Amino acid sequence: MSSGSPFAPGSDSERAEMLEAIGVDDVEELFDIPDGVRYDGEFDIDARSEPETIEHVAGMLGANDDLTEFLGRGAYDHYIPSAVDSLSTRSEFLTSYTQYQPEVAQGFLQALFEYQSILVELTGLEIANASMYDAASALGEAALLASRVRETSGDTLLIPEYVREERVSVLENYVAGQDLSIERIAMEDGTVDVEGLEADIDEGSLMVYAESPTTRGTIEERLAEIGEIAADHDAMFAVGSDPIALSLLEAPGDLGADVVIGDASVLGMPNAWGMGLGMFATKKSYLRQVPGRLVGIGEDADGKRAYTLTLQTREQHIRREKATSNICTNQAWVALRTAMHAAWLGPDGLLDLAESMVELPIELADRLDEITGIRAPIHDRHHFREFVAHTDQPAPAIAEDLEAEGFAVHAVDEHELQICVTETNEHAADELVAALEAVI
Amino acid sequence: MQHYDQARFYEDESPAYEPLLSEKFQRTVEVEDSPLPEELTRDELELPGPTEPEFSRHYVRLSQQNYGVETGPYPLGSCTMKYNPPFTEDAAAVPDGLVHPDRSPGSVQGNLELMYELQEYLAEIGGMDSVTLQPPAGAAGEFTGIRIAAAYHEANGESHRSEVVVPDTAHGTNPASAAMAGYDVVEIPSGEDGRVELDALEAAVGDETAAFMLTNPNTLGLFERDIEAIADIVHEAGGLVYYDGANLNALLGRGRPGDMGYDIMHFNLHKTFATPHGGGGPGAGPVGVTEDLAKFLPTPQVEQSGDSYELVEPELSIGKVHGFQGNWLVLVKALAYIARLGEEGLCDTSAKAVLNANYLAEQIDIDIPYEPFHHEFVASAGDIDAADMAKRMLDFGVHPPTTKWPEIVSEALMTEPTEAESKHSLDRLAAAFNRAAEADDEELHEAPNRTTARRIDQADAARNTRLSWQAMDEDD
Repeated sequence: MSSGSPFAPGSDSERAEMLEAIGVDDVEELFDIPDGVRYDGEFDIDARSEPETIEHVAGMLGANDDLTEFLGRGAYDHYIPSAVDSLSTRSEFLTSYTQYQPEVAQGFLQALFEYQSILVELTGLEIANASMYDAASALGEAALLASRVRETSGDTLLIPEYVREERVSVLENYVAGQDLSIERIAMEDGTVDVEGLEADIDEGSLMVYAESPTTRGTIEERLAEIGEIAADHDAMFAVGSDPIALSLLEAPGDLGADVVIGDASVLGMPNAWGMGLGMFATKKSYLRQVPGRLVGIGEDADGKRAYTLTLQTREQHIRREKATSNICTNQAWVALRTAMHAAWLGPDGLLDLAESMVELPIELADRLDEITGIRAPIHDRHHFREFVAHTDQPAPAIAEDLEAEGFAVHAVDEHELQICVTETNEHAADELVAALEAVI
Repeated sequence: MQHYDQARFYEDESPAYEPLLSEKFQRTVEVEDSPLPEELTRDELELPGPTEPEFSRHYVRLSQQNYGVETGPYPLGSCTMKYNPPFTEDAAAVPDGLVHPDRSPGSVQGNLELMYELQEYLAEIGGMDSVTLQPPAGAAGEFTGIRIAAAYHEANGESHRSEVVVPDTAHGTNPASAAMAGYDVVEIPSGEDGRVELDALEAAVGDETAAFMLTNPNTLGLFERDIEAIADIVHEAGGLVYYDGANLNALLGRGRPGDMGYDIMHFNLHKTFATPHGGGGPGAGPVGVTEDLAKFLPTPQVEQSGDSYELVEPELSIGKVHGFQGNWLVLVKALAYIARLGEEGLCDTSAKAVLNANYLAEQIDIDIPYEPFHHEFVASAGDIDAADMAKRMLDFGVHPPTTKWPEIVSEALMTEPTEAESKHSLDRLAAAFNRAAEADDEELHEAPNRTTARRIDQADAARNTRLSWQAMDEDD
């Protein structure tokens, strides 16, 4: 085993030549670190060969139970085309960085421009940025955008009860330093209680948020009304969704949304322990207050079309503490994969996929509803990918028993299971139904 | 970049660019007979729909118009564009690890063990007591760290502390993260030697100070030799000292932030630990803290309990900084890289990174005002506009350094070759520097000539903002 790094070229004699050129005898002389803080220990980390390393990682991960997942609630699994994997991992894409020299980064810039364009079509809004970290951080950025562009408005963010607590917790961190507060809007049969919202909202409201599909899998049918209520109180209206659902649903931009956020990695990424892609689209009038990178189109010295990062004076590397956000490294590679997946499916493939995500959960819910002790779906709503079921017996115990049978589902309340079905686990629906019958 | 033009059908009048997906494949599909009522659906969907062979050629063509680490040297300062070994991709692709984030902890012991091992490795490398892997990027790590500092002061009844101090050479994310967390930013000028001046620091800190953020080596590549005194001054004022890990590649096995008096630090896994930058991300920005601050870390933390691993909420946790567990694939790749290199490989990494920067500096005929530097240096293009010089370097087939920053060096060329370049490659890079520095005004203004696109008019692109193919149809 070599004593050095296999990824740091240079034989001993070559290194000696380099040291001589610099004029020192030993590389350690180049470290200008006072003795008091010089580390004289050794890391207790053994080196491994490449196959040993893969074996080490695969060995650890092999301890995971092999479960068929019927899990959703903000993280979804869809089939990823092989072409997306092979093309996105081309090293010119994968090993490049932010396009600070656009003349040698036209390929990635164009791909991001295409990603932005696809989101413009899907959201019905005028502009989209080149990515945020995930849906939760995109929601946080939406709130900060609201506080910048609605200075005369209030300081309360109205967040529906159905939103994931983790997402709300991230939002709390984002707004903690800006004196904004969060109030929860009650839920009525799995969607926003619109009448309740109308009664509660006042001039102190800065932003109203709603999701469609919601975390509970319901489709929010009254988005336009929610948007009107927000607009009547000078509050920004932010909508959470995802690019597959948006292929079928009426575009939020046409329903009064000022911002659309969500996890765009439902296209392009398999389940990866929650690694996502923050979608962020908004109105052109907020252009100079948008967080994150933007790719624009222009011309080069020959008058030919060219792409470049634009309006960088909004960003931290130029504006520092006055930047619209602190974001630098983003999720560009995931955005590339999302754009690729959307293009691979095309409009008809996207629409077919979205339509089946409306049909699959109801088909499965109807079958569960036939089991004594289960009522599904509990919400009298249209659904997307997932639904909530009532169980007479305690739901956490059922989920635990199902895990012993090889299935993972959510227990979201004492008597509520949530089940998500897409094209990747649909094949195991019969077995899930049989397992549920067995454990109840 | 010449291979690109030679590889495609070419006519005199044909544009240099690859047509947009929308220009080749745009289709409109009507939404009819959907399972949802009409009032909930859109009327039509207009998007590109290439066949797979067309799709593949489109993206291969785009990749050929992009410069990556495997294309050639990529010496962007403070970005650590090192080689990204492909075996880490295989490690991240192990199917067992690709699970849903809401799985029960008992059913994902493998993922938890891997996270625990990475937490432990990073704690050892940084000299910290506890590490969270949740922040999805370096700036997210900074924001997490500052939120932890805020929680610490609040727990001590000192919520009035409203300022974060940074040196003028700090990365832009430092002041931006502090401001996002609600702090007023106090910037102190660097001393004549390019380092923190103790008097200036002493004058800047006080009862209002929540934290001082400091990269080390700093962005000039200089080690802050007074770091212990710096930490004492900040601690005496009641503040915490934050380490920006962007430049950790210089220190592996030579110095640990935890031993220098830092209380909080972030690691950039996509820099120091070789995970690919992906055209701008994803990265990962784990945060390490001292024992006193561990109770404020984001939830959940992975802890070992006998032979198993569990997810635990720290006592006074700041909550979540990512919707789930952060950028998992990046974590796996970094773990694999550390496990591959081990102690000796990690130490050799910093030795070669520092050797390379010093050797490259020796070979270029351009003034470098501040030394002794470590893994990066900031040269001054002098009378030449640094941006022009960078464009000229592109013509020699290398990626130029970061330009015009930090501002305390005029026409700055912030250069970090990383350990991945051979002597031969550094010689070639030095030649590109030297030839660009000798270029006359016309050559500088004309450059670049050999790239896919020639010099791009950024001011015009910003004035006439078009961010989508839909906007291109609007009047110019």
